[in-house]
Amino acid sequence: MLGFFISERLYPTKVYGEEGKRMSKLITCEEAVKMIKSGSRIMVGGFGLVGAPLSLIAALAQSEVKDLEIISNNLGEPGKGLGVLVRQKQVKKAIGSYFTSNPEVVQSYQNQEMEVELLPQGTMSEAIRAGGAGLGGFYTPVSVGTKIAENKEERTIAGKKYVFQEPLKANFALVKANKADQLGNLIYNKSARNFNPMMATAADVVIAEVDEVVEVGQISPEEIITPHLYIDFIVLKGGN
Amino acid sequence: MNIKQYIAARAAKELKDSDIVNLGIGIPTLVADFIPSDVQVFLHSENGILGVGPTPDPEHIDQDLVNAGKMPVTVLNGSSYFDSASSFAMIRGGHVSVSILGVLQIDAKGRIANWAVPGKSVLGVGGAMDLLEGSKKVIVTTMHTTNKGESKIVKELTYPITSERAVDLIITDLAVFTVKEDGLHLIELAPGISLEEAQQKTDAPFHIAGSFKKGKEVTA
Repeated sequence: MLGFFISERLYPTKVYGEEGKRMSKLITCEEAVKMIKSGSRIMVGGFGLVGAPLSLIAALAQSEVKDLEIISNNLGEPGKGLGVLVRQKQVKKAIGSYFTSNPEVVQSYQNQEMEVELLPQGTMSEAIRAGGAGLGGFYTPVSVGTKIAENKEERTIAGKKYVFQEPLKANFALVKANKADQLGNLIYNKSARNFNPMMATAADVVIAEVDEVVEVGQISPEEIITPHLYIDFIVLKGGN
Repeated sequence: MNIKQYIAARAAKELKDSDIVNLGIGIPTLVADFIPSDVQVFLHSENGILGVGPTPDPEHIDQDLVNAGKMPVTVLNGSSYFDSASSFAMIRGGHVSVSILGVLQIDAKGRIANWAVPGKSVLGVGGAMDLLEGSKKVIVTTMHTTNKGESKIVKELTYPITSERAVDLIITDLAVFTVKEDGLHLIELAPGISLEEAQQKTDAPFHIAGSFKKGKEVTA
């Protein structure tokens, strides 16, 4: 009884829907993708296909949207994951660290069908973190004196050279987590975490694809990696 | 033991107990097989793992558990997972003791090229620059020459440089060099390799350390 009393106090009735349940963030992949317009800038989680929101990507591939600007470490594999969007020429520009694992990206780039901006992996992940954390960028020693730092501001701090990196933000972030609760608190699975937690902080609209949705309270506060305030919508893997 | 395993085994002898170690793709990956049993190191993988274990049997592959080469791995007791920004903060912040990397070219100052090939589209860098910049110690493992017999140790890089930071140790199938302020120092020759052969196959000038020794057979 006491537990019930406390939870009523902590979750006042006004945040509950008509039937006394909190409004769910759960939508279908189709509904999620309908929000995305051509020309959008989208962050997509994953290290290759590991930790990539494959159902959301598949729904995007079914849609008519094009001219997308994708921020992702890689662009999938030929015909897999984001590789499908490349093959269907839905991607106008890609920002990431390693695209050579998909020969179709190399081909599209050489055919001038797609622009590519390359960042060292640590610079890219930190730029996304900075974007979500309200920072105007940062100075990193990585890439000083290399091709990647050409045209970037260089500065010497305490005798060491650094280059300036602007933050990265996006219109949408499509992330993949293992489990969400009804509020949108997320936990990940093993190395499928990778870029997802940062991307969840750095976009106007954040959609999390998850394997499972559980009741609020079933994930321990100590375990939660992404607190729910970052998450706008949840879709179930394979869910339509 | 084949020649790549020989290089890996030689590199493994550089690891010290409780080192945090990041292994690149290729010969560096093989180093894990040769770590002495009395040395406990912790393998860091830049996609977010500390405490990488051996490759799983095919029936125990977990699709969510891969290393930075996207190959299936396991984890050991005491391991942890973290996001990419945290992982690269560890690297840039100097918390990784040793990185062992593959290489395309090394110059006379010990600076390396290992991310792009001239004349081809530059579409991948991954974590190469971060690891080279941030690791406390960098060891490169490589065949001494290319498939065409050209020296990989050159006076000046013709491939795009990865970082202005020089590596600390170079281990090839022919020799071992340390890198100092004044350039490369030969400290060891592989078994059966003469100084003349090493000189002939090395385009960059190098010093010969006073106490350089002929390598002993390295065994696992």
